[in-house]
Amino acid sequence: MEWTAPLLADPSLLFGAALLVMLAAILCAIVVSRKLLTSVALTGLFTLVAALWYIAMDAPDVAFTEAVVGGGVSTLILLGSILLTRESAEPVSPSRMVFPAIAVILAGVAILYAVGSIPGFGDPASPANASVGRDYLERTYKEVGIPNVVSAVLASYRGFDTLGETTVVFAAAVGVMLLLGFGERALGDPARRHEALNPDLVEEIDHHVVLRVATKIMIPLMFLFGLYVLFHGEVGAGGGFQAGVILAIALIVHALVFGLSETMRAFPAAAMRAGASAGVLIYAGVGVINMLNGGAFLDYDFLFPPPLEQALSGPDGHAGQHYGIIAIEIGVTATVASGITAIFYGFAGRAPDIASRGASRGPESGGGS
Amino acid sequence: MIGLEFLNIAPQRFAEQAPALVVVGPLIAACAAVLAPGRRWAWFLCVGASAFAFWMAVVLASEVARQGVISYAMGGFPAPLGIEFRVDALSAMFALLISGMAVLTAVFSGESLETEIMSSKHPLMQGGFLTCLAGLLGLVLTGDAFNAFVFLEISSIGVYAMIAMGGARDRRAYPAAFNYLIMGTIGATFYLIGVGFLYAATGTLNMADIAARIPTLTSDRSIEVGLAFILIGLALKAAVFPLHQWLPAAYSHAPSMIVVFLSATATKASVYLIIRYLSTVFAFDWQVETAFMAFVLAPLSVAGILICSMQAAVDPEIRRILAYSSVAQVGYMTLAIATATSAGVSAALFHLFNHGVMKAALFMAIGGAAIHLKSQRLSDFAGAAKSAPWTMTAFGIAALSLLGAPLTAGFLSKLRLIQSLVAADWGWAAAVIGLSSLIGVFYVGRIFEVVFFRSEPEGGSAVREAPVSILLPLWLLAIANIWFGIDATIPLGLAESAAGAVMGATTLSPAGAP
Amino acid sequence: MIDALATGYVYAIIVAMMMASLFVLLTTGNLIRKMIGLSLFQTTAGLFYIALSKVGGGTAPIIIDAESAVGQARAARLDPAYVEHFGVDGVVYGNPLPHVLILTAIVVGVATLSVGLAIAVRVREAYGDTELDAVRRADAAASEPEPPGPRGRPNA
Repeated sequence: MEWTAPLLADPSLLFGAALLVMLAAILCAIVVSRKLLTSVALTGLFTLVAALWYIAMDAPDVAFTEAVVGGGVSTLILLGSILLTRESAEPVSPSRMVFPAIAVILAGVAILYAVGSIPGFGDPASPANASVGRDYLERTYKEVGIPNVVSAVLASYRGFDTLGETTVVFAAAVGVMLLLGFGERALGDPARRHEALNPDLVEEIDHHVVLRVATKIMIPLMFLFGLYVLFHGEVGAGGGFQAGVILAIALIVHALVFGLSETMRAFPAAAMRAGASAGVLIYAGVGVINMLNGGAFLDYDFLFPPPLEQALSGPDGHAGQHYGIIAIEIGVTATVASGITAIFYGFAGRAPDIASRGASRGPESGGGS
Repeated sequence: MIGLEFLNIAPQRFAEQAPALVVVGPLIAACAAVLAPGRRWAWFLCVGASAFAFWMAVVLASEVARQGVISYAMGGFPAPLGIEFRVDALSAMFALLISGMAVLTAVFSGESLETEIMSSKHPLMQGGFLTCLAGLLGLVLTGDAFNAFVFLEISSIGVYAMIAMGGARDRRAYPAAFNYLIMGTIGATFYLIGVGFLYAATGTLNMADIAARIPTLTSDRSIEVGLAFILIGLALKAAVFPLHQWLPAAYSHAPSMIVVFLSATATKASVYLIIRYLSTVFAFDWQVETAFMAFVLAPLSVAGILICSMQAAVDPEIRRILAYSSVAQVGYMTLAIATATSAGVSAALFHLFNHGVMKAALFMAIGGAAIHLKSQRLSDFAGAAKSAPWTMTAFGIAALSLLGAPLTAGFLSKLRLIQSLVAADWGWAAAVIGLSSLIGVFYVGRIFEVVFFRSEPEGGSAVREAPVSILLPLWLLAIANIWFGIDATIPLGLAESAAGAVMGATTLSPAGAP
Repeated sequence: MIDALATGYVYAIIVAMMMASLFVLLTTGNLIRKMIGLSLFQTTAGLFYIALSKVGGGTAPIIIDAESAVGQARAARLDPAYVEHFGVDGVVYGNPLPHVLILTAIVVGVATLSVGLAIAVRVREAYGDTELDAVRRADAAASEPEPPGPRGRPNA
């Protein structure tokens, strides 16, 4: 077969190269910076540039997720934890760098040695691109019936992985609730209610009517966008995770502007805890229904009893797959939105404690409460 | 095969779904436990779900014994398109061990959590525990390399937080948990990178499919490096010397419930994955691999056995003594696996099973004692046997088993380890095991001297008898230690059929002694 | 050959970044900075997977009709024989599988980050600092005379 490789003609390649160099530069800056705030800001920037690079690599779903998760949630949690800890890191003595440097260089050389035998970047005939990956592209439309192959693989072919990933978010929410509580301290003491986030921040905002009004308009739009991303995931970039994160960020923005206690009144921590586990229950429940109808776990062709499935789908429809994917995506959204909100409550609820203790920094012995 | 076949009473259609149910059951119960209205409910759910998982594991094991390897296609998509659960005798054995330990831990957890964690957080602890159980079970059943990564994370993320919950009693739990999180995540990410290389070279993620495609490749380099990254990552998770530094601190400060369960299962699940990659994916017949086992894994195991035994011999804290001994015992297993013989793998698995039974008993006894005694210093256990005879007798039996005293499970498994090493012409390695057993006599003797022969301190010992809900699982384990020391049909049968399942299909190339 | 040179840099840069973030993670004694290093390390592993999924001249793996305007514009830039050989129904797509895997890995990453930072916050509350050196000094000082023994009722 005669063909010309289009690699050099692909405009996204040049774009990708520039972004990679940017990423490397940002990482260098992170390596040398000691101010934690700078490091966090640069990390947020790193993930945003990485998201752009993912777009250049034709991975819009990954880009979307990286942007909302890496650029949004990670940065927020990191900022929150700096507020709760300290501003800059101690310098590292050069003698301590010797061993890690050797280990890192060895590992790097090993990888470069292996990379030499991987088929070239962008090669359509490489094993990675030519085998299972290509099968999905050829089969998705016939077997699952939705155009976004990434969504189909995520929710259906490898739906079990996605259940696992949802469980990871659930486990993390459980872990943070165990460690930091549910933000109940922010509600407990009436005197502190108003300063539930950073007290300076709240005072500052009182002068910013514009911000408040703008936020009031923004938040419903963010909710709407989240729902759009959830239900649009089958045909374009997006899906349950991204939607869940967007919904959580809407709540977080609300908390940042109006104070944590306001948000917690509207969306109580107990509800978030319930939502996080309800999402996993919905997801696993769909799988159990499939089993009851005689299929394998998460085989959405058995979402409905076989006669009903036939009636709904006709000769070559995929009603079961279609509704199954929507159902599990709703489960994912529920867990991610509630889980991330619960995690945020945990961190934010800790703030007043630290703020009041901040003046007398020193080794305290107590275990916290 | 296991004497529990009578439990395989499930209707056939139910039994067919067992591979999924064994994981999904605890997962659903975990969500329910978090929503549970009170700690009693959460505890019932926890015990019930663990028992269900154990039942399903028994069904699986007897099905595997009856019909061979079971393949279950998640989502109905055949591998490599979909994710496959592939259950052979090796997976079945680990599923039994993990779910069985989970039942005992769940029973134990009720009273133990009471004293260690504030009661409003019990449902979260039980939920986290069940999530971890589901993760470990998925890890040993899955036949998909990436899915194993997901399960590795499920089984760890909640655990990091739960270890830190020991900080309410001893603040050292916080840095210990943090360190574990860092090491565990580096391990998981190394694993992820390794899987990336295997994927780049073969284009598939299904383990059996990767194994089938490896021989057709022209270049081995990315496979070699992929294997190296996977093994380093898993060695971190399994606490193979010298990547074990996170373990002693994590085990000595975590809440008792977590430590009982982890010591019996968590590092073992990573050992499972190491065996799985070495045997099923790389078929043990690969030159680089044999060299790796003889010249890297074996020496590291020896170093780990000796150094950690000595650290156990001098440490003043009782739980840390046991934790260092755990690292040494992982060394026994990897040493036997490094021989790459069927007898070696079988001996390693046999020892792994017995070690789970004895370590769980030891930590459970300490946890029972810790209800009244907050300290962990060995010296504070002076004369404990007088004030808590039942708890401490069970502890003594398990400690003798750890030592390898005759008539205990530990004796038989050490014997088989030595036999398999001698059979592989690794006499020097057998000598190392003998030497470390001598050190073991020293540290177990130290514990015995304090617990059984030293007189109680002024005003009586702070140790009190543990409540019945703790004595029950504790004595079950203690009796198992003696039972399996006299009649080892069950663990030996499991270990041999498991070793047969992974070693049988391949022609073994004998590994040369270094 | 030209292609190999023009594209080999991708893996080289990714590997260098992977190792740089691992270096940050291993050297620093600050808990927050360690978490930053860990999170970057996971991100760079993601970059590696996505680099594997790139198909030259490909488009995002969302099925489009080759006859549509977008599909034809896409195909026009490529050699027809190439499209014939590597396309699916006339369109060349990127490989969706690594995208799915990294979506999962990103979420796992943020979960780990949040638990790790939560533990770091508790370390700060218990020790008054987030430098591991300070923590080690405090532990060493505490274990000299009397170990941190009973600390009263169990709390959060």
